[in-house]
Amino acid sequence: MGFSFDIAHLLAGLMVLTSLLLLYQDRIGALLNVLRLHGLVLALALAWQAHLQSASDLFLAATIALVVKALVIPGALERLVERLAIHRLIETVGGIGPTMLGGIALVALSLRVMLPITAAADAVSRQDIALALSVVLIGLLIMVTRRNAVGQVAGFLSLDNGIDLAAGGARGMPLVVELSVAVSVLIAFIVIGIFLFRIRERFDTVDLAALEEFRGERR
Amino acid sequence: MIRATLIQALQMALVLLLAPGLVGLVRAVKARLMRRRGPPVIQPYRALRRLLAKEAVIADNASWLFRTAPYLILALTWAAASVVPTFSTDLAFARLGDLIVITALLGAARFLLALAGLDIGTSFGGIGASREVFFASFAEPAMLMIVVTLAILAGSTELTSIAAFMLSPAAGLRVSAALALVSLVIVALAENGRIPVDNPATHLELTMVHEAMVLEYSARHLAMIELAAALQLLLMISVIACIFFPFGLGSGVLLGLAAWLAKLGAAGVLLGIFEVSIAKMRVFRVPELIGGALMLGLLGTLLLYVSRGL
Amino acid sequence: MILSALLAGILILVVLGLAGAIDAVRAPGGAPRGAAGQGAWLYAAAASITGVSALLSLASLAAPPETLVLPLGLPWIGWHFRLDALSAFFLFVVDLGAASASVFAIGYGRARHGGHADEPGRVLPFYPVFLAGLGLVVLADDAFSFLFAWELMSLASWALVLVRHRDPESVRAGTVYLLMAVLSGFLLLLCFGLLAGPAGSYGFAAMRAAHPAAATVALALVLALLGTGAKAGLVPLHAWLPLAHPAAPSHVSALMSGVMTKVAVYAFLRIAFDLIGPPSAWSGLVVLAVGGLTAVLGVLYALMQHDLKRLLAYHTVENIGIIFIGIGLAMVFRAGGEGAAAALALTAALFHVFNHAVFKSLLFFGSGAVEAATGERDMECQGGLIHRMRTTSFCFLIGCAAISALPPLNGFVSEWLTFQAILLGPALPDWGPKLLIPADGALLALAAALAAACFVKAFGITFLGRPRSAAAAVAAETDRLALAPMLLLSGLCLFAGVFPGAVIDALAPVSRALVGATMPVQGLLPWHSPPGVPLGAIVPVAAARSSYDGLAILLLIGAVTTLAALGARRLASHALRRAPAWDCGFPDQSPATQYTAQSFAEPIRRTFGPLVFGVASTIRVPPPGSTAPARIEHVLHDRLWEIFYAPPAALVRRLADALNPLQFLTIRRYLAFVFAALVLLLLVLALTP
Repeated sequence: MGFSFDIAHLLAGLMVLTSLLLLYQDRIGALLNVLRLHGLVLALALAWQAHLQSASDLFLAATIALVVKALVIPGALERLVERLAIHRLIETVGGIGPTMLGGIALVALSLRVMLPITAAADAVSRQDIALALSVVLIGLLIMVTRRNAVGQVAGFLSLDNGIDLAAGGARGMPLVVELSVAVSVLIAFIVIGIFLFRIRERFDTVDLAALEEFRGERR
Repeated sequence: MIRATLIQALQMALVLLLAPGLVGLVRAVKARLMRRRGPPVIQPYRALRRLLAKEAVIADNASWLFRTAPYLILALTWAAASVVPTFSTDLAFARLGDLIVITALLGAARFLLALAGLDIGTSFGGIGASREVFFASFAEPAMLMIVVTLAILAGSTELTSIAAFMLSPAAGLRVSAALALVSLVIVALAENGRIPVDNPATHLELTMVHEAMVLEYSARHLAMIELAAALQLLLMISVIACIFFPFGLGSGVLLGLAAWLAKLGAAGVLLGIFEVSIAKMRVFRVPELIGGALMLGLLGTLLLYVSRGL
Repeated sequence: MILSALLAGILILVVLGLAGAIDAVRAPGGAPRGAAGQGAWLYAAAASITGVSALLSLASLAAPPETLVLPLGLPWIGWHFRLDALSAFFLFVVDLGAASASVFAIGYGRARHGGHADEPGRVLPFYPVFLAGLGLVVLADDAFSFLFAWELMSLASWALVLVRHRDPESVRAGTVYLLMAVLSGFLLLLCFGLLAGPAGSYGFAAMRAAHPAAATVALALVLALLGTGAKAGLVPLHAWLPLAHPAAPSHVSALMSGVMTKVAVYAFLRIAFDLIGPPSAWSGLVVLAVGGLTAVLGVLYALMQHDLKRLLAYHTVENIGIIFIGIGLAMVFRAGGEGAAAALALTAALFHVFNHAVFKSLLFFGSGAVEAATGERDMECQGGLIHRMRTTSFCFLIGCAAISALPPLNGFVSEWLTFQAILLGPALPDWGPKLLIPADGALLALAAALAAACFVKAFGITFLGRPRSAAAAVAAETDRLALAPMLLLSGLCLFAGVFPGAVIDALAPVSRALVGATMPVQGLLPWHSPPGVPLGAIVPVAAARSSYDGLAILLLIGAVTTLAALGARRLASHALRRAPAWDCGFPDQSPATQYTAQSFAEPIRRTFGPLVFGVASTIRVPPPGSTAPARIEHVLHDRLWEIFYAPPAALVRRLADALNPLQFLTIRRYLAFVFAALVLLLLVLALTP
C-alpha cells in the first residue's frame, strides 16, 4: 500500500472522527471549533489528493475548502451566535450514548455497502468514497438529532464536507462541479443565516420546537 | 533463562522503587505550573516511610477482608506490572498473561478495594465504591476495543509481541493506532482516578472516588494502597509506552532503561500539564468521556478493516 | 455398561421420589420431627447416587459412545439412550450440581429448623424426580424420550417452585413458569417433528443421517433456539426465570439456575451441532446477537435487584448469554471452515457451562445460608454477616470473585477464552461476522465489568458494613453439612482457575465430536505439557499470540502478599488499635446511613435507565414547615415484558372473554358442536386427494 495510502487513510479517518466529534458536542462554541477542524482536515485531504493525482484544480478546491469552510463560515456562524445571543447549550434528541452508537453503526453500514461495490476502483478512492459516505450519513444524523438550528446548520455543513471529500477522491471530477457545490453551500448558508435571524426576531429563540409549536405541530 | 530471570527481578524492583517518584514528579510539575513551590519529588517516599512507622487505627467493625485487602491489592497490581515490558522484552514472566490478563488483574484489585470501601459501613466508603465500579463498567469495554484493534493490527495480545510488531516497519502510520492511543489514554486516566475523572488531590468532597474508598485506612495499610495506586499509574504509562512508543525496547538493557526513564519522565510532565489545564468533570459526564473512548476503539477497528480490506 | 449403571441410578431416584411421597403422606405438614429429620435420608441417598453418577460420567468422557434401547414407551420406537462425550460432560455437570445440592439440602434443612422451614412434603417427592428428569434429558437418544424427560424436568421443577403455595408471588411465578415450560416443550416438539421428516423417524440416529432441505434446517434451528432459549433464559424469553428460580427452596434454586439452564444449553448444542449438521453462518450470527444482548440485559437487570436470590437468578441470564456468545462464535467459525477457532469458541462455552454450574450453585447455597440465618432474602436487611458467618462469607466471596471473572479463578479463564475466540473473528472474510463479533466483544466486556459491579454490591451489602436489621445482628453460622458443599465448590473454582489446562484437555472429546477439531493440548502434568509451556499455563492459539498462567499468577500473588504483610509488620510497625470509624470526622451511628443496595446501583441505573428500564422517578418534597421526610421513588418498567408478554396476555384474555359464553350451553348444543367437528374433519379427509 505504502506511505501515500497511509496519509490519505489518516486524513479520511480524521474526517470521520471529527464528524463523530461534531455528533458528540452539545455546546455551540465547541461545536463551531470542531466544524472548523472538520473543514481544515477536508482541506488537507483534498490537498493530499491533489498531490497524489497531480491535479492542480484540486489544489484550488482545497484552498476554497480552507478559506470558506475552515475560516469564513465557522467565523460567520460564531458572529451570528454572538449577535443573536443564542443559548450556549444545544438540546439533543436522545442521549449522547445511543446517538454515538448510531453514528458508529452508520460508519459500519457505509463501509459494508461501499467497499464491495467499488472493488474495481483503486484503493485510495475506494476508501475515500466509503468514508465520505459515512461523513454524509453522520451529517444527516446530526441534523436529525439537534433541536437547535445552529446544530442543524453544522450538520448540514459537515454533510457537504463529506460530499467534497468524495468528489476529491473520485478522479476526474471537474472543477466546475466543485465550484458549484461550494457556491451552493454558500448560498444555502446565507439563506439559513437570514432564516435564523428572522426566526430569532420573531420568536426570541432558535429552538425549532418553539417554531413547531407556533405552527401547531407540537409533538 | 537466567538473564530473563535477572531482568525480571530488576524490573519488579525498579517499578516498585520508581512508582512513588513518578507520583512526586507529577505533583511537583503541577505545583510549579500553579506557581507554588510544592513538595520535593521525593515527598511520596517520605510519606510512605512515615505511614509504615505509624500505629494502624482501624474501625471497630473492620473485618479480616479490610485488613488483608491492602496487601492483596498491592500484590495484584505488582503482578500485573511484572508482565509489562518496560525496558526489555526479555522477561521471565512475559508468558504469564496478555493485555487482557493485565486488565483483569487490575480489575481484581479494584474489586477488592471497592469491597474494602464497603466494609466499615460508612457513607463515604459506599459512595466511593459505587462510583468506582460505575466508571470501571465503562472503561473495560473501551479497553477491550483497544485490545481488538491491537490484535487485528499485531496479531497478538501479548505485550512483547505487540511491541515487536510496533518496532517493525510493518507498523506504518495508522489512524487506528492513533485512535487506540487516545482511547487508551482516556481509559488510563479513568482507571488511575486522574483529572478529569477523579481528583487525586481532593479530600472531604463528595466528588472524590478513590480517596473516599480508602478513607478508613491508616498507617501500613494506607501505605500499601498508596503504593499500589502509584504502581498502577506507572504501569499504565508503561503499557502506553510499550505499545505506542516502544523505542529502545529491543536494543539492550542499558539503552532500554534510559529510554524507559525518559518516557516516564516525559509522561509525568505531560500528565502534570494536562491536569492543571483542565477541570474535573461532573460524575455523570464521565460515562460520556469513557464512552467516547469506546467509540474511538470501535472506529479504530472499522478503519482498520478499511486499510486492511483494500 | 456405564450407561446401564447410570440409568439404574436414575431409576432409583424415581423410586426415591415415590418413597418421599409416601413419607410425606404419612407425616403431613411437617410434624416436630419433620423439618430437620425428615428427608435427610432421601437427600443422602440422592447425594450418593448422583455423586457416583458424576464420577462415572467423568470416567466415560473420553470413552466411545455407548447406546442402549429399552422396550418402553411407544411400542414401535422404544426408549433409546446414548452416552457420548457431550452427554457425559453435561451429565457430569448435572450430577456435580445435584450431589452438592443434596448434601447442602441436609444441612439447610437443619439450619432452617427454627421458624421458617418449607413444608418438606412439598419438596421431597419432587426433588428426586427432578434430578431423574435432568439426567434423562441428557441421556435420551430419541425425540420421544427426550421430550418425556424434558417435560418431567419441567413439571417436577414447577412443583418445587410452588412450595410456598400460599404466597401469591409464588403462585404467579409458578403460572408464568408453567406457561413458558409448555411453550418451550411445544416448540421443541415442532422442531423434532421437522427434523424427523415425513417418514417420522424419531430416533436421533436417523435424524443425524438425514439431510433435510435448507429451509427445514433453518426453521428447525430457529425453533430449537426458541425452545431451548425459553428454558435457558435467553432474552426476551427470560421473564419467567427471575420469578421462578428464587421462589423455590435454595438448593432447588441452585439446581434450576446452575444445572437446569445448562440442560437447555445441552439441548441446543445437541440439536444445532449434532442432529442438524454443519450450521450456516447466519444462524451463528443470530445466536451471537441474542447472546450479546442477553448478557448485557441480564446483568443490568441483576444490578437493579435487592433480593439476593433474584439478583442471582437475573445473573444466570447474563451467564447464559456469555455461553451463547461462545456457541454462536463456534457456529460462525465452523461455517467459515475455521476448525481450530471453532474448537476454541466451543471449549470456552463449555468451560463456562461448567464454571457457571459451580459458582452459581455455590452462590445460591450461600444465599440459602443467609436466608436460613436471618430469615430474609432482601439485601437491605442484611449487613455485617462477615463477622458472624465466617465460612459462608468466605465461600460466597470466592463465588463472587469467580463469577466476576477475576483471576486466578475459573470464571476468568472461560471469559478470557471467549475473548480470545472473539479476537479471531476479524480474520473472517465475511462482513457480517467481521462487524458483529467485535461489537459482541464490547458487549461481553461491558457485561463482565457490570457483573463485577453487581457482585461488589451483592457481597458488600449482604456481608460487609453494619447490620441493617436485628436478625442480621444476631445471625449465626449455618450448619456444617451445608458448608461442606460450599467449600468443595469454592475449591473447584480455584482448581479450574489454576489448572485450566486440565479442564480444556478434558473437554477435547466433546469439542472433537461437535466441531471435528480440538484446541491444542494444554497438559496438566509436567510430562504432558508441550515443551516450553510451563505447568498451569494455557495457550489457546499460539504462544506468541496469547497465553495465561493461572498457577504462576496465584503463586506470585500469594508470595507477594505474604512478603508484603510480613515485611510491613516485621520491618515497620505492627501496632494496631481499634477505634470508632473515622468517616471524615462525622460518623453516624445509625446503620441506615450506609449505602444501600439501591443507592449503590444508582449511577448505573441513572445512566442505563432511560435506555433499558424506562425509569419513572417521582420526588415528593413536603411543604415548607412540615417535618415529614421527602421521598424519592423509582418505578422500573420491564420494557421487554411490556413488548413481548403483555400483548399476547391481553389477546388471550380477550379471546377467553369472547369464548366464555360457550361454557353455558345446553348439552344438545355441545353435542351439535362435536357432531359438526366430526363431519368437518371427515369432509377435509374426503376433499384432500
